[in-house]
Amino acid sequence: MSLDPARDPLDVDALLDDPKTRIVVCCGSGGVGKTTTAAALGLRAAERGRTVVVLTIDPARRLAQSMGIDSLDNVPRRVKDVHGGGELHAMMLDMKRTFDEIVEAHADKDRAEAILSNPFYQSLSAGFAGTQEYMAMEKLGQLRSRDEWDLIVVDTPPSRSALDFLDAPKRLGSFLDGKLIRLLMAPAKVGGRAGMKFLNVGMSMMTGALGKLLGGQLLRDVQTFVAAMDTMFGGFRKRADATYRLLQAPGTAFLVVASPERDALREAAYFVERLAADDMPLAGLVLNRVHGSGAAGLSAERALAAAESLEEREEGPEERGEGPEEQAAENLEASGIVDQDGGKVGGRNSSASEAPNSPEASGSSRPTEDTDSGASVEQLTAGLLRLHAERMRLLARERHTRDRFTALHPEVAVAEVAALPGDVHDLDGLRTIGDRLAEASDGGQV
Amino acid sequence: MSRLQVVSGKGGTGKTTVAAALALALATEGKRALLVEVEGRQGIAQLFETEALPYEERKIAVAPGGGEVYALAIDPELALLDYLQMFYKLGSAGRALKKLGAVDFATTIAPGLRDVLLTGKACEAVRRKDKRGRYAYDCVIMDAPPTGRITRFLNVNDEVAGLAKIGPIHNQAQAVMRVLKSPETSVHLVTLLEEMPVQETVDGIAELRAAQLPVGRVIVNMVRPALLDEAELELGLERTPRTAIAKSLAAAGLGGARGAAGRLVDPLLAQAAEYAERYALEGAQRAVLGEHGLPLHELPLLADGLDLGGLYELAAELRQQGVS
Repeated sequence: MSLDPARDPLDVDALLDDPKTRIVVCCGSGGVGKTTTAAALGLRAAERGRTVVVLTIDPARRLAQSMGIDSLDNVPRRVKDVHGGGELHAMMLDMKRTFDEIVEAHADKDRAEAILSNPFYQSLSAGFAGTQEYMAMEKLGQLRSRDEWDLIVVDTPPSRSALDFLDAPKRLGSFLDGKLIRLLMAPAKVGGRAGMKFLNVGMSMMTGALGKLLGGQLLRDVQTFVAAMDTMFGGFRKRADATYRLLQAPGTAFLVVASPERDALREAAYFVERLAADDMPLAGLVLNRVHGSGAAGLSAERALAAAESLEEREEGPEERGEGPEEQAAENLEASGIVDQDGGKVGGRNSSASEAPNSPEASGSSRPTEDTDSGASVEQLTAGLLRLHAERMRLLARERHTRDRFTALHPEVAVAEVAALPGDVHDLDGLRTIGDRLAEASDGGQV
Repeated sequence: MSRLQVVSGKGGTGKTTVAAALALALATEGKRALLVEVEGRQGIAQLFETEALPYEERKIAVAPGGGEVYALAIDPELALLDYLQMFYKLGSAGRALKKLGAVDFATTIAPGLRDVLLTGKACEAVRRKDKRGRYAYDCVIMDAPPTGRITRFLNVNDEVAGLAKIGPIHNQAQAVMRVLKSPETSVHLVTLLEEMPVQETVDGIAELRAAQLPVGRVIVNMVRPALLDEAELELGLERTPRTAIAKSLAAAGLGGARGAAGRLVDPLLAQAAEYAERYALEGAQRAVLGEHGLPLHELPLLADGLDLGGLYELAAELRQQGVS
C-alpha cells in the first residue's frame, strides 16, 4: 500500500516483452536512479527472454563490478548469472575511445594520427561540454546498426540541463559543417575552393579577432584540426541526424526517471515537454524510491498522539486520570499539530532532535533505567509510532509532489518503484528493482 | 574565511539549497555575499521564489543583522561578449562572431572556454573593489557543477592554459587559476548519507586534492531525524515480545491488543527494521566521510526544504556549526 495508484500505470513488462521495442532510453536529472533503472530493465528483459545490451554512462563502481563491466574497454560484455533464456550484455561508455574510433574508422591512417595527436582534439574528446552526450548517442547508433541485440537499454549522461543530450549531437553536427569551420579552414587553404572567396572580405577581421581571443597557437591547432577533419564533417552531421531520427522511430521508447521530490519531478516535467516537442516517443515515467506503509490506516496525527500518551504514561503514573483518548486530543492541541496541513507538519522533523519529547532528548531525563535494555516497552512503542508518523508524513509529501506532476501531465503513464532501505549493487538487487517496476502495473500496490 | 566558496555535490543532494543557505549564513552581520549560478538552471530564482535571474547582480535576500545576498546567473554567452567588449572593444565584431557561430562555438563546444568564462566571471567578482579600495563582496558563493565534473570545471583553466600556450585566454586562465588554487578559495562538497553520493564525495576529495584545489568542508544534507536510538534498535526490538507491543499500542488507544492494535505490530516492526538497516548504513557512510580530516557538517531534512523559511533555518544551522 503505497501512494494511491497513479491514474494510468505503466506496464513495464508489456514494453519489455514487445519485440517491436528495440531501444529504451532512460532519462532524468542526476541522482534519481537512472543507471540502476536502466540496468534493472535490461536484466528483467533478458530474463524474460530477450537479447539485451545495456549502455551505461557512469555507473556506481559496485554496480559496474556486479555486472562485470568495471574495466573500461568500450565493448559490451556478457553479464554472467542471468537466469532464463535471454542474454544480457553491458558496457560502460568511454567517450574518448568512442570519439577515437570514429576518427579511425573515417580517416586514413596518417590523417587519423594527425587528428588524434592534435591538442585541440585531445581536449575536445576528453569530455568537455556536449562530448559525452554526443558520444552516448553515437554509441547507441553503432550498437543499433550492429543488430546483434534485439533490445538496447540506454542510460543518459547527467546533463546540466534536460535538453543537452538531445541537443548536443545536433549542435556539434551543425558546428562541424557550419560557417565557422569554413572560416577557420580558409587560411589553411588559401586560393582553394571558389566558394570561399566571398568570405574573404570579413575573414581577416574575423580570424584576427579569433586570434586575439584564442591566441595564435590555439587558433593554429584548431585550424589544423579542422583541416584534418575536413573529410569527416559531412559524416558527423549525417550520423547526428540518423541518431536523432532513430530516437524518433517507433521502436524507441523513452522512460523519464524521477524520484518523488520537487526538483526531480520538475526536471521530469521538462523532459516530458521537450520529448513531446521533438516528437520523441515517451513510454512513461518511472518514479523511484516511493515509500509505502503496511499500516497506512493509522494517520501521522493519531500515531503521534498515541506516542505522546505512552510517554506521558511513563513520566507520571499519578497523572493517569484521563482516558487515553482525551489525553491524546490534548496532546494534539498542545503540540500544535492539528492546524497544520500535510505539507507543513513535516517541518517539525527538522527540529525533532531538539524537541523535548523526542525519544533521544528525553531518554536521559526519564527514569527508564529499570530495564536492562535501556528502553521500556512504552518508550519503544512510542518510538515505533513516531517512526510511523514520519513515514506517513513522507508518504503524504510524496503523494502531493507526484500529484502535482500528474495534474500537469495526466497523459503520462507512471510506474512507481517502492524504496529499498539500502543501495543496489548486485544482480539480486537489480532483480528486486525489476520486480517492483513490474508490480507497479499490477494495480500499483507494492 | 575563504572569499570564494565553491559548493559542489552529486546531483540530487541539494547543492543549490546548501549554496544559498551558506550565502545567507555568510552574509550575516552586515556582510555582503554574492551567490553565483553557472549552470543556467535558474535554481537560485526558484529557491528564493523570484522570477528568473538576468545576467546582472541583484539583491535577492536580506540576512539577519543587516547582511545582503546578491545573486548572479552567469550566462556564458553574455560573459564572452562582455569579455570581448571589456578587453578588446569588440562590440560589433562580437556580434559578427555570434552570427558566424563563433560565440556558440566558444561557449558550448570549444574545450574549456565556457568554463573559463564562468569561473573567470566569479573570480572577477571576488577581486572586484569599490572606489575606496574595499572588496565589493565579502564573499562569493558559487553553486558549481556536480562532484563528478567539479575538478575538471575548476581545473579547466589549467587545461586551457596548456592548450592556449600564449595569448589573452592563456593569461586569463592563469589569473583565474591563481585565485582558485589559493587559500582564498574553498571547495565544499554536499552529500547524503547514502553509498553513491558518499563514494562520489570521496572520489571528488581525492581528485580535488590531486589537482591542488583547496577542499573545504563536507556538508551532509537532508539528515533524517533519529527517531529510535541505538539502545532501542539493538536491544529493544529483539527482546520485546510482540504481545507487549500490542498491549502498549492498545493502552495508547489504538484498538484492542488482539484486534486493530495487534494488527499494527507487524507493519510497525517492519518499518523499524527498515529504519534500523538504513540507520546502520548511514552510520557506516558517516564513518567513511570522517576519514578525510575535513570539517563535517550535518543539515536536517526539511519537509519543505525549498521554501524561504527552511532556507533561513538551514543558514542558522550552518552558522551555529561555525561555517562563518
